[in-house]
Amino acid sequence: MFTYIVRRLLMLIPVLFGVSIFIFFVMRVVPGDVAQTILGTDATPAALAQLRENFGLNLPLYQQYLNWIGGVLTGDFGESMRTGKAILPDILTRFKLTFELTLIAAVISWIISIPLGIIAATKRNSKTDFGLRIVSLLGVSVPNFALATVIILVLSLYFSYSPPVGYVGFFENPIKNLEIIIIPAIVLGTSMAGAVMRMTRSSILEILRQDFIRTIRAKGAKEKVVIFQHALKNAMIPILTIIGLQIGTLLGGTVIIEQIFSLPGLGQLVLTAITQRDFMVVQGSVLFIAFIFVMINLLVDLLYSYLDPRISYK
Amino acid sequence: MKSFFKRLKNDKVGLVGCIGILLVVILGILAPSIAPYKPEQMFTEHIMEGPSGKFIFGTDEFGRDIFSRIVYGAKVSLQVGVIAVGIGSIGGLVFGLIAGYFQGVVDQVIMRVMDVLFAFPDILLALTIVAVLGPSLTNTMIAIGIVFMPVFTRIVRGSVISVKENEYITNAVAIGVSPFAIIFRHITPNIMAPFIVQITLGLSGAILTEAALSFLGLGVQPPNPSWGVMLNASRTYMEFAPWTILFPAGAIVFTIFCFNLFGDSLRDILDPQLK
Repeated sequence: MFTYIVRRLLMLIPVLFGVSIFIFFVMRVVPGDVAQTILGTDATPAALAQLRENFGLNLPLYQQYLNWIGGVLTGDFGESMRTGKAILPDILTRFKLTFELTLIAAVISWIISIPLGIIAATKRNSKTDFGLRIVSLLGVSVPNFALATVIILVLSLYFSYSPPVGYVGFFENPIKNLEIIIIPAIVLGTSMAGAVMRMTRSSILEILRQDFIRTIRAKGAKEKVVIFQHALKNAMIPILTIIGLQIGTLLGGTVIIEQIFSLPGLGQLVLTAITQRDFMVVQGSVLFIAFIFVMINLLVDLLYSYLDPRISYK
Repeated sequence: MKSFFKRLKNDKVGLVGCIGILLVVILGILAPSIAPYKPEQMFTEHIMEGPSGKFIFGTDEFGRDIFSRIVYGAKVSLQVGVIAVGIGSIGGLVFGLIAGYFQGVVDQVIMRVMDVLFAFPDILLALTIVAVLGPSLTNTMIAIGIVFMPVFTRIVRGSVISVKENEYITNAVAIGVSPFAIIFRHITPNIMAPFIVQITLGLSGAILTEAALSFLGLGVQPPNPSWGVMLNASRTYMEFAPWTILFPAGAIVFTIFCFNLFGDSLRDILDPQLK
């Protein structure tokens, strides 16, 4: 297992280097002069030259890349071209919010989707099953930005309530923190719940058809035991796969949700940097998100062997 | 083909999805005939009016007819869906066929590039590409097409590797049929089922991504009548004019829902194990 983890981690290195090269060069093919874009058309030639000098924009591209990636490897992501602030501390501070939002959204989606998926599977082809399938399909079809806007509208029109803006850490003020996070997390979680519910239903149905379930039932086991102790555990692999894939969607979804709810997270940082063309911030934060994304996928892979001991990693 | 339509006819859910999609397609194609007004036509004396006989979905902050904008918006969504999925699927088909058939170094290079693209959450990759190309309808379609390419490549490559093991392919190689002919005449027709299903899912994904990008102000630009643009613009006024937000949101949900219903049924119909 240890060897497998090390090998997988080593395999991530070329992918992450690929990501860094891709994002770096993509940012450099933006039409126009970066310094001019940042400082505006009124900037003096001296100011433009100074900015180019400060960010090494005069150097050949390969040298710019090597300087940047060398810094990244030593924990220095460079400075924002707009504010001059160090990028990594900003990413890490904002990641706390994004991580909390993603985690709570994921938990909410599991709380909704797994029990409903089980109910749909055990009541297959009934009215309940049909209703739940439509609900899950709607969950997949409603874009989170549309849901968020409608929820804000309903809260404002009927409850005269506006979700608070800004961010307070959980350990500073847990109640305020949850008040800020809970509505965005529900919106984000609902978008994931539909897909997980559909997968839960179909993989439990698949397992319930198998011989060992018939044997367990023949031995007189209660239906609860059959479902929760045997079917669910065996059905978890495809469910986990979809959860792993959905975490990426959630991370991406935070870009939109943080914007709508004015949450100062990593997604908002990327979006603001993109609109302001602050390339150093874009490449640093996108690389960071990609790193988290591939690490989550690795974690999901490793969880497979825990859930299904037949999967061994050599 | 006959059995496909017969199965679709029997699958009520899929049929509902198919009819819904047809409705959106008709709206999109016949937009100039169906919409009562031009999408950018302003009725300054009717600003933010609720639904009425004259404006069935009401008007927006510039006094434009929301129904007409939604009808023209269907055209934009379909255009983005078809062209973006076209770019992603054709690119994915070509790369997937090459990687799966030739394997070895070519496969390694193509798949590692796809791995890199896979390492980004979809919307983030689309945002980054649009940031480079600049926000516009064309660039939105290119960005979404690139984002979708890795999924198509992986699906096609996987199917090619499995089809390649069949005896008829080994025989074709043995009698000296050219790789080009094997790929296009013998392999491609046999990998179409998962590919077509992915196209349906891709269409709804592309429409959704376009709406999200436009909502963020980085996709289709105003005054173009994209549903995402409409949704974003109406956020400021939604408390006073909820119809400005509910109808574009409804149009997005309806379209995606129909594509998903149809995609689901298509998956069942084309799955040989379920036949």
